Amino acid sequence: MTKRYDVVVIGAGPAGLAAACKACEKGARRVLVAERDREAGGILNQCIHNGFGLHYFKEELTGPEYAGRFVDLLGKTGVELKLDTMVVDITKDKTVHAINTTDGYMELKAGAIVLAMGCRERTRGAIAIPGDRPAGIFTAGAAQRYVNMEGWMVGKRVVVLGSGDIGLIMARRMTLEGAKVLACVELMPYSNGLTRNIVQCLQDYDIPLYLSHTITNIIGKERVAQVVVSKVDENRRPIPGSEILFDCDTVLLSVGLIPENELTRSAEIAIDPRTNGAIVFENMETSAPGIFGCGNVVHVHDLVDFVTGESQRAGAAAARHALGQQDTGGVLEVEAGSCVTYTVPQRVRRDHVEKSMELFFRVNNVYHNMEIKVMDGDSQLCRFKREHMAPGEMERIAVPRVLLDKVRGDRITVTVVPQEGA
Amino acid sequence: MFDVAVIGCGVVGSGIACELSRFRLSVAMVEKENDVACGTTKANSAIVHAGYDPEPGTKMARLNVEGSRMMEDLCRRLNVRYKRIGSLVLAFRESEMECVRALYGRGLQNGVEGLRILAKEETLKLEPGLNPEVAGALYAPSAAIVDPWGLAIALAQTAVLNGAKLYLNSPVESIEEAGGFYRIRAGKNNIEAKYVVNAAGTHADEINNLAAKPFFKILPVKGEYYLLDKNQGGVVSHTIFHTPTAAGKGVLISPTVQGNLIVGPTADPASGPDDTAVTAEGLQKIAREALRCDASVNLRESIRNFAGVRAATERDDFILEASPDAPRFVNAAAIKSPGLSASPAIAKEARKILEGIGLRCEEKEHFTEYRRPPLFKDMTDGERRIAFGRDPLYGRVVCRCETVTQGDIRAALRGPIPPVSVDGVKRRCGAGMGRCQGGFCGPRVHELLSRAYRVPMERIMQDKTGSYILTGETKAGDAT
Repeated sequence: MTKRYDVVVIGAGPAGLAAACKACEKGARRVLVAERDREAGGILNQCIHNGFGLHYFKEELTGPEYAGRFVDLLGKTGVELKLDTMVVDITKDKTVHAINTTDGYMELKAGAIVLAMGCRERTRGAIAIPGDRPAGIFTAGAAQRYVNMEGWMVGKRVVVLGSGDIGLIMARRMTLEGAKVLACVELMPYSNGLTRNIVQCLQDYDIPLYLSHTITNIIGKERVAQVVVSKVDENRRPIPGSEILFDCDTVLLSVGLIPENELTRSAEIAIDPRTNGAIVFENMETSAPGIFGCGNVVHVHDLVDFVTGESQRAGAAAARHALGQQDTGGVLEVEAGSCVTYTVPQRVRRDHVEKSMELFFRVNNVYHNMEIKVMDGDSQLCRFKREHMAPGEMERIAVPRVLLDKVRGDRITVTVVPQEGA
Repeated sequence: MFDVAVIGCGVVGSGIACELSRFRLSVAMVEKENDVACGTTKANSAIVHAGYDPEPGTKMARLNVEGSRMMEDLCRRLNVRYKRIGSLVLAFRESEMECVRALYGRGLQNGVEGLRILAKEETLKLEPGLNPEVAGALYAPSAAIVDPWGLAIALAQTAVLNGAKLYLNSPVESIEEAGGFYRIRAGKNNIEAKYVVNAAGTHADEINNLAAKPFFKILPVKGEYYLLDKNQGGVVSHTIFHTPTAAGKGVLISPTVQGNLIVGPTADPASGPDDTAVTAEGLQKIAREALRCDASVNLRESIRNFAGVRAATERDDFILEASPDAPRFVNAAAIKSPGLSASPAIAKEARKILEGIGLRCEEKEHFTEYRRPPLFKDMTDGERRIAFGRDPLYGRVVCRCETVTQGDIRAALRGPIPPVSVDGVKRRCGAGMGRCQGGFCGPRVHELLSRAYRVPMERIMQDKTGSYILTGETKAGDAT
């Protein structure tokens, strides 16, 4: 038996929840959210620290509170939420295959699909850390789940590898729970986390941050006993003789996030190798008409507030598509220029931009006193000044529609250059 | 009193115990770890070699070819993953082509079927992604890939199902000849058996020396590997070797039965029988050699690195024989590569050796092979619906990377040798084998084990005894 929906949203994290609510608001009637976990809210449920919602709600919330606002909102709509439900396959013709313990194997036809599966953490295997393979090596998020949601401690003496936000947050969390965090070790010469997290999670607790260092050996047969940390040269190669030995029982890894695009690939949707997420248009539509993506499955965000905004755009567009409006028209490519690693969206159909187009990107290094320029060939469309830019902090600019209408070429380029006179 | 005690439950020991369980014999299986298949069996290339490598006339040569012939049928009966994909030994220079011709000749002598020497064009036709400078290759269509721990577990479960008694957590400390039988002290157990088979892998010399005069020493050789994401599983469709050197068969590139790509091994002296640490140098070496054969292998898609230890000795052959001095004591030792390939034949051979020294083997009327329960991910849509009808827990995906359901895990927990650790579940169902390496499903599997055994979460191990995951409750305590 095949059930039909206007919009099927895959994932009930912040992206899926916002997209579903918006799709409903924009007139989609039969909306389903399929969530593989036991509760809605996604990773926010284990992020019990505050700092969420400053942009979107203009107040400081914890992760569960932020998620709770959208779960409540969803409850007031007619959206159907299926928890404990795994989508195992999707196809280009927008058929969704899913299973759970009450409905069994389901085949669902969707007018539009929103991909909101989020991301997963890079593991030890992905970065090939040498040494033994004992217990006690956790990705920071897995440890966070044990500690914050299930009430279990994962170790007593901890070394954190990577200075991504989850690692920094967990360094503080483990300290507050009575563990000793011996070091936070970062391969790059700068942190990949938000500055506020470096201050509030490491400096406030006297946890040393070792920049340009990495773990070069893990020792321990059954459980981690020691790790060796080495300094690295400018090519990120360990420098012999620089080894520091830490006696510890736990290693937490915060070494990057990978968008979970297995379903995206199964629908043969084009992926951007720079983001590891789908290539999207201004309305978050992927290369497959009627399939949209939003949140960390498209590109990894730092702030959930931006996920919400992006996902509402995807939800609105999915509703429009399901109701029979096709988004077509001339396409402008968005190109990453100097110092810029990627942009989202990668493609713009300017006829569909209302007042302005929101554009996200990251830079490839730490910069000061820079200027973001959006170029149409040699001519400048607009510019934005920034005092400080870092790879760990996603940039957001809004390009007005009136300027996009002036573009003569087939592409616009986002570049970052030193401020004139700086 | 047991008729036979088999020490070591890897693919060799389990295979021998399984073979013996076909007969009216009481069999003890003695394993030092908390599960079977914990040593070399879980960390190797997972290849069924065709049999052209070993020196003609050796036991290795004969048993490799015999074992390879038996493997497909055995795996089919036990529902163990096996795939005959064939192998290629690549040559890049004329000198290496000579080596290919020598291997071909050796293969013929060993009785390997279907061997062919391929020219450059034919080689590239079979594997278009290879380095185009390849000069030719030896093609062995009978080579295959297999799930080694799946095989060992299925063999051990079959043995248990047919009456063998499994002693886990039982490291052997002493073996004493007590006049017509042996008294074995193993952990907390005292086991008495008339015959003893030593299948203790990298520890086989220690076990021999407890009962007999020292006459061999295991010189452990470490093999390091990369396991790559399934998106790399199709880079090659055969097992690809480079021509061997004195150091060993060299680095291979192969799909695995799980759909990943395996790249390795190195062959360096290990610091001890349990030295399974991977090294930066080893990984670099693999990268260098693999990319020489096929530049399209993307090692950045690594999901795990591991190392296994091979039980090499000075003798370039298996030690599969009755002890020269200890009565009723059989060594199945020095089973290095191609040990996995040979294992079905080793099991038969070991039984014949036991018969030769007096063990009476009468076939049982009823012998049941344990078929591994089918996994949800391998089922057709129709089978999935049936499985779900029988157990709705087949509708709950626990491991999202490998699509392992709670139904799969429950079936494993009901098997003759249920898993006790998170990695035990992984070896039986594949949960945690995927790209997130248990990041998401680890805590869920952990919880399922805790509930199944009604023991606190802190007492569930990642793998071996001592590999604890949790150190206690948080200040607020267990939330569940």
